[in-house]
Amino acid sequence: MSLLQRFKPRFWDYQHVPGGPAKRLVNFPLIWKVSVLVTVAVSLGPLIFITIVDYNVTRRSVESDIMLRTARTVSNIRRSVSFFLEERSLSLDFIARDNDLTALNNTARLNSILMNLREGFGKFTDLGVIDSSGRQTNYVGPYSLLNKDYSDQDWYMQVVKGGVYISDVFLGFRKVPHMVIAVRRDLSEGSFFVLRASLDIAIFESVLSSVELDRLGDAFIINHQGVLQTSSRENGNVLEKVPLPVPPYSSQTEVVEGKDSNGRDIVIGYRYIDKTPFILMIVKKKKALIESWQKTRLELIGFLIGSIILILAVIVGIATYLINRMYLADEKRIMILHEMEYSNKMASIGRLAAGVAHEINNPLAIINEKAGLIKDLFTFKDIYAKDHKLIGIVDSIISSVDRCGKITRRLLRFARHMNVSLQSINLEEVINEVLDFLNKEAEYRSIVVSVKVQKDIPDFENDRGKLQQIFLNIVNNAFAAMSDGGHLDIVAEMKHRNSILITITDDGCGIPETDLTHIFEPFFSTKTGQGGTGLGLSITYSLVHEIGGSVSVQSEVGKGTTFSITLPLKNIKAEGD
Amino acid sequence: MRILLVDDEEELVATLAERLAMRGIDADWVTNGEDAILKAETESYDLSVLDVKIPRISGINLKRELEKRNPHMKFIFMTGHGSEADYKAGSEEAGSEFYLIKPLDIRLLIEKINTALNSVGGSI
Repeated sequence: MSLLQRFKPRFWDYQHVPGGPAKRLVNFPLIWKVSVLVTVAVSLGPLIFITIVDYNVTRRSVESDIMLRTARTVSNIRRSVSFFLEERSLSLDFIARDNDLTALNNTARLNSILMNLREGFGKFTDLGVIDSSGRQTNYVGPYSLLNKDYSDQDWYMQVVKGGVYISDVFLGFRKVPHMVIAVRRDLSEGSFFVLRASLDIAIFESVLSSVELDRLGDAFIINHQGVLQTSSRENGNVLEKVPLPVPPYSSQTEVVEGKDSNGRDIVIGYRYIDKTPFILMIVKKKKALIESWQKTRLELIGFLIGSIILILAVIVGIATYLINRMYLADEKRIMILHEMEYSNKMASIGRLAAGVAHEINNPLAIINEKAGLIKDLFTFKDIYAKDHKLIGIVDSIISSVDRCGKITRRLLRFARHMNVSLQSINLEEVINEVLDFLNKEAEYRSIVVSVKVQKDIPDFENDRGKLQQIFLNIVNNAFAAMSDGGHLDIVAEMKHRNSILITITDDGCGIPETDLTHIFEPFFSTKTGQGGTGLGLSITYSLVHEIGGSVSVQSEVGKGTTFSITLPLKNIKAEGD
Repeated sequence: MRILLVDDEEELVATLAERLAMRGIDADWVTNGEDAILKAETESYDLSVLDVKIPRISGINLKRELEKRNPHMKFIFMTGHGSEADYKAGSEEAGSEFYLIKPLDIRLLIEKINTALNSVGGSI
């Protein structure tokens, strides 16, 4: 709280005064708020707008990049798989055309063809010849499938119908997952035979693994029923049902967004492979894909927050600084107005005092002379000379006139100095002149006033009227703070060779620490409502500065207050400087 | 030693003249500048005590007029007014030493008269 207090600008506590002497040019906290809000709005508005636009643009570009890359990967793998299968079915077709049925029914010949196929293409498990009745007439491979009847097998019916058949992965008689490629060869007499090869499904794994797929994705092949044709890393093993819906048919590569069985966002790229029962799928986790985007996003948000903090700090700082300067300038303006008003008031008081003194002085002078004459007559004529009572009465009249004369002289002297700028000052004399006005009050209230002026203080050039006002204000304040029977000590001594230090110490009620920093501010008054204007000390402060001095205050509640005034012996600022 | 007192308050100058006479100082008095000039033309005065403010002519101007007629004449100013202009003019013209503020102290006045005339004549 105290830190906040320390950094709180002066104008913050400003209370708007609708009129009167303390009226300010503007409502400072309000203008501060308006200027900060407007500046923040026009500077942060476009920044936030642009950042949001940029955010969206970047997000969209990252997302489309992900889609594009996925589509490209799917296309590449599809091409490899298609090529792989086509290559094998074409080679079977060539063998069926290149060899007649007799040659193919020769086991040694068929075995040699199988060896060649394995060597040339790899992954061929076995090779068989089936006649038009569906019976396998020749077979080479690891299983004993000779004479097996395939006539009721689905793949057989398909190849008889279509000429070429590529099966999906199935267990078949051998109870091992495999796939089949079969071609029909028509014979001249209207008969036909079928050449059938089964392939190790490891071929797919080799194709899929040949495609560069980072850890972010899972590539696999399913058939149209959603059964896995290859084992997948995260979506099940071969011949299991994939935990994702079968994507709708499309003749092109498609990339769609979806959710996996755990509800996580995924990107699915797929392609129906023509003339086969296969659908190639690549599933990528979106979260991992947009990791780079997350980083960019974090940087973007960090940049935005950093910029906002910087802009706010600069705006608040500059607005506070400028408004505070305005406030101080306005404060100075009001001070000057009040000083003018105050010095006009003092000048009026001076003129009034001089007028009254003058008017009283003339009759007083006559009384003085008449009483003097009476005394002269008494003194010079023997008959009255011995009448002590009469002499006493006349003396009393003369001494009363003398007292009145002193009062009018004091008033005249005070008024006379009111308008003078520079003159030679005897400090002790000025202090005593001021105290003359307050002697009666001090007497009534039993306040003991002691004045100690160091003897070697030389006379110096300064503004006597201002000095009088300064002392009068401070001593008046001290009197107000003291209870009856208090002590006021005024000490003047040389501080340095060129300056005098005057301390005015009272043992009054003291000033609380929170008020100490404000007591020289205009309109700060603890006597509000009791006739205090809050201007006395602020005027004192500016008067001291006007005559080239400085004033400070130390105080302790309950113990008293000391005002210290430092005055220059030389180099006083010229009037109007 | 002859002295001319000039003040618009007749009661004051008349009484003052009487009191000075009692002390052996021969003092005439007038209440305006014209009379003072007339007096100075016919009589010879060593010193004049002038109010700074005299109707129609200021004490300073009167002093100059009197000086024309008697260059050796000395002057003491008195005033019941404390304005700065008066103070400056009076003290510059006569020297602040010879500038008295009313009501006057008769002893001080005689002291100043003696000083001004640089003599020890007269009694208190």
